[in-house]
Amino acid sequence: MHSPRVQLFVTCLVDLLYPEVGERTVALLERLGCEVAFPTSQTCCGQPALSSGYPRESLIVADRFLDAFAGTEGPIVAPFGSCVHMVRHHYPRLYAGERAAVAASLAARTYELPSFIVEQLGRPTVGGRYPGPGVTAVAYHHECHMRYGLGVTEAPMSLLRGVAGCTIVEPVRSGLCCGFGGTFSLKLADVSVAMADEKLDSALQAGAEAIVSTDVGCLMHLEGRARRRGLPLRVHHLVDLLEPDGRL
Amino acid sequence: MSGLVIEPPRGRPDPAVTPNLHRAAAHWGTQRADARGRVDWEAWRELARQIRADAVRHLPELIELLEARVATAGGHVHHARNAEEACDHVVRICREAGATRAVKGKSMTSEEIGLGAALQGAGIEAVETDLGEYIVQAMGDRPSHILAPAVHLSAGQVANLFARESGRPFDPDDTAALVSHARAVLRQRFLAAEVGITGVNLAVAETGTLTIVESEGNIRLATALPRIHIALMGLEKVIRDWEGAAHLIQMLPLAAQGKMAAASTSFITGPARDGDDGPHELHLVLLDGGRSAIRGTPFEEALHCIRCGACLYACPVYRQVGGHGYGTTYSGPIGAVITPLLAQGADTDDLPWYSSLCGACVEACPVKIPLDDQLVALRARAHEDDAPRGEAALFAAWARLWSRPSSYRATAATAGRALRPLWSALARDGWQHRAPFPFSGWTDGRDARTPDPEPFHARWRSRRVGA
Repeated sequence: MHSPRVQLFVTCLVDLLYPEVGERTVALLERLGCEVAFPTSQTCCGQPALSSGYPRESLIVADRFLDAFAGTEGPIVAPFGSCVHMVRHHYPRLYAGERAAVAASLAARTYELPSFIVEQLGRPTVGGRYPGPGVTAVAYHHECHMRYGLGVTEAPMSLLRGVAGCTIVEPVRSGLCCGFGGTFSLKLADVSVAMADEKLDSALQAGAEAIVSTDVGCLMHLEGRARRRGLPLRVHHLVDLLEPDGRL
Repeated sequence: MSGLVIEPPRGRPDPAVTPNLHRAAAHWGTQRADARGRVDWEAWRELARQIRADAVRHLPELIELLEARVATAGGHVHHARNAEEACDHVVRICREAGATRAVKGKSMTSEEIGLGAALQGAGIEAVETDLGEYIVQAMGDRPSHILAPAVHLSAGQVANLFARESGRPFDPDDTAALVSHARAVLRQRFLAAEVGITGVNLAVAETGTLTIVESEGNIRLATALPRIHIALMGLEKVIRDWEGAAHLIQMLPLAAQGKMAAASTSFITGPARDGDDGPHELHLVLLDGGRSAIRGTPFEEALHCIRCGACLYACPVYRQVGGHGYGTTYSGPIGAVITPLLAQGADTDDLPWYSSLCGACVEACPVKIPLDDQLVALRARAHEDDAPRGEAALFAAWARLWSRPSSYRATAATAGRALRPLWSALARDGWQHRAPFPFSGWTDGRDARTPDPEPFHARWRSRRVGA
């Protein structure tokens, strides 16, 4: 695939809480030769309502995604694996009738950023540099909907290996969920926090100074807990490290 | 209240159980990763799924065949629509035989129906003979894992129990001494028992053969020494033929313990014949207990479960709260799915929330049950009749606002800009120490990220205007 036109699916959490992750995604894709379009009528994929037991409300919002992207062409790319899992895994199950065909065709061309870069663009590494002097030890947190839901583990690691100024450490039990889980983090808040603690503690034990992931939900949860505990751990979206000049 | 539901779920981390649990889960993880390297795991799972799907789809005819074959082999079959009928059958069989002493093999189905209490009420002494179950029974506790009932207990707690029982001290690290004490106690019970009560891992319809896997040899004794064997089985454990059985008998220990074979597997076709040693009577109690009603629903795949316990060890929530945290017989992801499906009447709507929906259980499941999708669907099902009003209103308002691009962006602007004075009063480096409802639960243990005053949508617009 060469210089494709890419539709950015920025996702609501990135839009509202981590807009700079959206900007860095655009900058990266453009640096890799893509033309980036942004359908401005997009809102949210509807996942929060679906996982909370409100499929009707979820569909009302998911309809917006279908309308926003149905008229577009080319790959739809998001810097957030969980929302891609919603589109790829849940949309084909949620929709029946004539909307089902639209949902299925959108699902088939929606990618999370790392797989899109590594597999679709054929770029196993894109450079990047961890900011600051010296070498920082980073632990990669595989977001569960990417790891277990979409079966993607290699693409983000491949990109991370291309980043200068950092070394990758592997905490024990790195496959465990961090405890975010959307509204789970509010419903079973104590359990959610205990899960974050296990994740953070094992990262520290492995010598990590930073945690990197592609799920801003996990990042918000882990950084929020690390800050509350005053832990010496920084938290980044993968795309933060893929900037060529290491500015954050 | 159903026998499945023991107490309200706790939903809190339990620091008392996590060290033991984490050790066991780590051991399971290592063993399983190792064993999975030795087989074509994905092909094995798919075959196992097909065998179970065939059985559940053709359940009535396979149960009929099983019943006929068990009868031909000289056994008796008893149907139980619910827990109460199943207990009644077991108690009646014991009474008719004049039996008051029973030994039990490990059986989650017996926990599900509350058999222990029923036997005790009828004056029948039933001793658990699986080591973990024996410990749990002696402590007046209950199992916290499908396969490892005492996984929540430490060796120290077991040593103390055995010291109280025997009047002599035990070293918690001396596993051999602990096991030897239990063996000595249990041998006497086996020899004295008139009835052996076991579960069934799978029943092969074409020959009427009950298959039971185990690690300790107690099942072989419980099904050989007493003169009566009562096997209790959930209907869905039937499978069509030996071809399927041969695969599942390997798959079960592989998924459960990362082993290619169970330490011991018993195949029981009828009672002892022609002067052989062994029970002279074999009774098979077939429990429906709400299972038939799941067939033909979107949850049918939950009946494919072979009770290996893999999803429990894989689950990060089970890992924190332990089996007892669910308050039910079946815990972990499969428990959070099947308990609400089986527990007619009992309030189990909270259980499907005992998951972050990470999907680790689905990856661990040897028969590929889509547990995460089922948990999502059960959350929706619980809301059909009884959604929490405030939450439902929030999601309705959310759907209205976020299904229109203009009002979505207005929400973003409000969160980021209009509420800015509030945020900056509370924030430190862009993070909040306290957040307003409905996010206050978040900030009890975590700082909260402040909504950005300039969301991506706005940035994209100004970038376009600027370009």
